[in-house]
Amino acid sequence: MTTRTGWLSAGLSIALASALIATPAMAQAIKKGGTLTYMIPADAPPSLDGHKENTFATLHATAPFYSTLISINPDNPSSSTDFVCDLCTEMPKPTDDGKTYTFKIRKGVKFHDGTPLTAADIAKSWQYIVHPPKGVSSARASYMVMVDSVESPDPETVVFKLKFATSAFLPALADPFAYIYKKDILEKDPAWYEKNVLGSGPFKFVEYETGQSVKGVRNPDYYHEGKPYLDGFTAIFAAKQSVRVDAIRADRAATEFRGVPPSARDELVKELGDKITVQTSDWNCVNLLTPNQKKKPFDDVRVRRALALAIDPWKGAPALSKIATVHTVGGLVFPGSPLAANKEELQKIVGFGTDIEKARAEARKLLKEAGAEGLKFELMNRNVDQPYKFVATWAIDEWSKIGVKVTQRVLPTGPFYEALRGGTFEVAVEFNCQNMVNPLLDVAKVLPRSVYPENYGGYEDPKLIELYNSMLKETDPAKQRAKMRDFETYALDTQVVTIMTPWWSRIIAHRSYMKGWKISPSHYLNLNLANIWLDK
Amino acid sequence: MTAVTDDTIAVRRSWHDAALGFCRRQPLGTFGLAIVVIAALAGLSAEWIAPYNPTSNDFEAMTQPPSLAHWLGTDQFGRDLLSRIIYGARTALIIGFVSAFVGGFAGLVLGVGSAYFGGTTDLILQRVMDVLMAFPLIIMALAVVAIFGTGVQNVIAAITVPLIPRCARVIRASALSIREVPYIDAARTSGFSHARIILRHMVPNVVAPFLIMLTAFVGQAILAEASLSYLGLGVQEPTPAWGLMLQGGAEEYASTAPWIAVFPGLAIALTVFGFSLFGDALRDAIDPKLRER
Repeated sequence: MTTRTGWLSAGLSIALASALIATPAMAQAIKKGGTLTYMIPADAPPSLDGHKENTFATLHATAPFYSTLISINPDNPSSSTDFVCDLCTEMPKPTDDGKTYTFKIRKGVKFHDGTPLTAADIAKSWQYIVHPPKGVSSARASYMVMVDSVESPDPETVVFKLKFATSAFLPALADPFAYIYKKDILEKDPAWYEKNVLGSGPFKFVEYETGQSVKGVRNPDYYHEGKPYLDGFTAIFAAKQSVRVDAIRADRAATEFRGVPPSARDELVKELGDKITVQTSDWNCVNLLTPNQKKKPFDDVRVRRALALAIDPWKGAPALSKIATVHTVGGLVFPGSPLAANKEELQKIVGFGTDIEKARAEARKLLKEAGAEGLKFELMNRNVDQPYKFVATWAIDEWSKIGVKVTQRVLPTGPFYEALRGGTFEVAVEFNCQNMVNPLLDVAKVLPRSVYPENYGGYEDPKLIELYNSMLKETDPAKQRAKMRDFETYALDTQVVTIMTPWWSRIIAHRSYMKGWKISPSHYLNLNLANIWLDK
Repeated sequence: MTAVTDDTIAVRRSWHDAALGFCRRQPLGTFGLAIVVIAALAGLSAEWIAPYNPTSNDFEAMTQPPSLAHWLGTDQFGRDLLSRIIYGARTALIIGFVSAFVGGFAGLVLGVGSAYFGGTTDLILQRVMDVLMAFPLIIMALAVVAIFGTGVQNVIAAITVPLIPRCARVIRASALSIREVPYIDAARTSGFSHARIILRHMVPNVVAPFLIMLTAFVGQAILAEASLSYLGLGVQEPTPAWGLMLQGGAEEYASTAPWIAVFPGLAIALTVFGFSLFGDALRDAIDPKLRER
């Protein structure tokens, strides 16, 4: 018996060892060639300029054409600390008490027009991102408040000097929107990249049909040896989810990189079995219900507070998670992050209480006090099914329970952003979607627009800025967490500058032949397609 | 003398007799009218007959199949489908009737005016109509919504605009022949104003084709509204609207909860079918040539 067991164990060991040996070997058997077709779940982006835009529609269409200085590790994209060089040669160690980062740049990198990419191009791109000249829009300037200067002392060196040391710098530097543009073009016409594409990334631009599709072909001069594996890609815009799911089902597309709802995942798995692979992750994304404080009666904090009190996230989140890409109740900070509020802390904030009837009674009282009984308003939303429209339908019903009547205005992405930026809305379903889980910067979304250009609440609040700056410069984790609570309480409870909805849950269903891609907590990350190959 | 007496009797025939006559001669049209009346009654009395609040979410009852509690099942938010369809009738009929009447009357005015004044006025108006007619109804409606945005009022505008030239063209054709008849010349020579001649002598003579077109327009408008809502460009959640219900249900739950899409689809099909049957029958009843057959 012992002998037999011994043989069995030995046999199993050999089999296991063979499997262990075989797995890496199989994983390395990358097949080159083929064209990846994927769907972009949006209509035409406002522009193709990554520096200016904040929407995934721009990124999903253009990321494969561009390089960045550093990026998240594509083999470990769930990590919030694992960064790798893209254009640099090695990740630098900070000097000058953490205030100076010196990057050495790869030699021989070329833009797709054949001209060399140097440190000057990187420095100029980052200068425009950090300190955009007058008339130039940078959606990420506010993330880089810690940066004092960006210089290129020689063609192979870029130096970032910070105003203060902060752990938020490197994650901010790995921003996937931070495309490296050509210095000459930027200086000549900073708006050129809004309608044109010229990068140095793994794929060369072929064509863009506005709101229809984007095509790219393999860049033979790509500096990461052997990559990309694909011959090219075609990205097809389709705002309607049914179109995208049908495309994946019929194998007209391999996937979409944003996320599908549970119903679509179940449908695809049921119909396609092992031909579909599902990857899931928490998602560093949340819809915000933001009142425009430049419009009455939303300038009255009692009205904003009433709107927050009417919503029951604890009951809504589990129900919505069955039909929409949302899952977790949370405050300003990505749930699960060490800086996030725990349940007990959350419940002290308005709109997160557990006695919803009491909260709604208080909401009615506040509306009466504010002279806003029978309030009617228009909720502006984006023409994206998941989860925008689901969240809106839920919120409208919740508000109806305190006697507030809400109609909805749905706009395509371009006009939606125009309306947000122009302040032509009463309350908007907007979002805070970040790439890296970098709470210190992620929460900057609620800072006034004078500090954070993508804030649309129409308010100025020096105290909020002061609380934020104090937190950003704090290096002690415990004190930083306490300051985050102060900041969060002031934003969500004292001023109610926005109303949180459940945080998103990311589900990617892709054809099983699509290999080499790993999910991350953001639909902005890991999208340059350089690692993807087709097992066909 | 005898003939005059018969005509007088015919004119004085009661509504009751006329309705019975219509039902006897036009059974299909009567069926269509019945559908239209049922839809109208449902829309008008939605508050009293709908078993549930059509916009109230019930997370305990998400995607439930038809049952005694929910005769037509529930949607993904747990909302009662029967209640949403009943309220949706109101949305469909409001948009259908308002678009058809506004578009129809604008077309009537332009069509009769164009025929009556003729010359340069007619030329310019008809070229404008040609341009508008060059676009299919739904494309034109899409363009209007793209410019002015979504919402009930904008959807009504979007559907009304393309209906105007369609009505104006038909009415003009009828009005052109009326313009040449002697009593119009007589009215002119008597010194009657243009408005009086148009309103009292021309418009009554184009009422028959106008009414027929109106019924057809209501059906077209309902279909256009459903199409716009289905495309996400019409009425928006949580307003109950049939096309919108199709959009939400047909896309995600076609295989797992087909009732979400089937019942609103049936409501659209039946109502448009009803208007179509009624319109055909009305034409047959009003047109003297067809009436004699």
